[in-house]
Amino acid sequence: MAAALAAIGAGLAAIGAGVGIGMIGSKAMEGIARQPEAVGDIRANLILAAALIEGAALIGMILSFLLGQG
Amino acid sequence: MRRIFFLFIAAIFCIAFNNKLVAQADTHHAITEAHSTDSSVAEHNVLEHKESPVDKIMHHIADANQFHVVTFNGEHIYFPLPCIIYNRSTGKLDAFMSTQLAHGKTYNGYHMHHDRVMPINEEEKIFDFSITKNVFSMLLGVSFLMIILFLVKNAYTRNPNKAPKGIQALIEPIISYIDDDVIKPNLPHKHNQFRPYLLSVFFFILVSNLLGLIPFFPGSANVSGNISFTLTLAAITFILTNVFGNKHYWGHIFAMPGVPKFVLLILTPVEILGMFTKPFSLMMRLFGNITAGHIVVLSLVSLIFILGDNGNSIPGALVGTGFAIPFVLFMSALELLVAFLQAFIFTLLSAIFIGMAVEDNH
Repeated sequence: MAAALAAIGAGLAAIGAGVGIGMIGSKAMEGIARQPEAVGDIRANLILAAALIEGAALIGMILSFLLGQG
Repeated sequence: MRRIFFLFIAAIFCIAFNNKLVAQADTHHAITEAHSTDSSVAEHNVLEHKESPVDKIMHHIADANQFHVVTFNGEHIYFPLPCIIYNRSTGKLDAFMSTQLAHGKTYNGYHMHHDRVMPINEEEKIFDFSITKNVFSMLLGVSFLMIILFLVKNAYTRNPNKAPKGIQALIEPIISYIDDDVIKPNLPHKHNQFRPYLLSVFFFILVSNLLGLIPFFPGSANVSGNISFTLTLAAITFILTNVFGNKHYWGHIFAMPGVPKFVLLILTPVEILGMFTKPFSLMMRLFGNITAGHIVVLSLVSLIFILGDNGNSIPGALVGTGFAIPFVLFMSALELLVAFLQAFIFTLLSAIFIGMAVEDNH
């Protein structure tokens, strides 16, 4: 039971990461399309924002791994 | 100068490597005996309970008192590390190799209890200063870093106006990048005061992450995925922001200017909580990223053993290998990116927090 709920929790964390990084990625694509010479700045900020969002999602995954063993 | 460093490294190695490699036949790890013959696997499965893949993964992520080097023909070869225990109740300081406590033996009133050194007498309290896997890996990373950075410093001071070459050409752009893009924008006036800490934390986290990615000895320790390690670094950032915070910073926390008094009743506790959540998120982010990466790689490798039924099914093991190895390579490449990125993000956020506390931004 705990393992099944942990699996659902990990999936929800992955959905959260996917939605967040998808939104920031799409905005970055639009920005690059509007101003192609800013691609360096946009890429740096994209990676930064993706890492911050992924931090939150991975915390959720770690917690589901640790709590799902009971 | 070079001789001093080689002596220093030799001293560190003498402390850490002061026993011969001991081959210990360990029957608790049936899951790693996929390469041994069927009869010995059956024998071991009968004797001991099988470790599930989850236990094996947790064992690889956790700290330990000996370093597993290689498993040869079913025998585990460990690199034993010293245990240094200060017994608070009797006031004795004990130092001995962890081989004295292997396989349930007791030594001088201590025994291994759930992979931790505990006194046999339950009421005694100890301070455990043992050189464990993580401590050894931290010392190794620091020595490695000191060699490289002192070489860069010597190259820089010897020919200050020439183009950099060799190791200087690798390290100096990294330091310049952190200095120009992380430290100077966030700390416009006080960057000299905090640059040593921020550069040190960047390189220390980077080296610890990279050493954790190497799958064999001496690199397989999971240092930055240990929550005590990230807690300590986040606590140092917390101490720096609050000790060097100026009146603006504390004023904004306790009495944010420009809000009516009744809003302050809610805002001040939220701001005080915010003082703690920022380093907490630093700690959890680094811990979660590195540990999750290790768990994913270990899970994919465990797939080989699960599909191969611990050595009972060769076709299953081959399918598992063919499926898992590309994924493991991809995840390891992603882990390499994450190693650099998380070190950079920890440094960037520390610089931002310290900058918000010490700089007058009005």
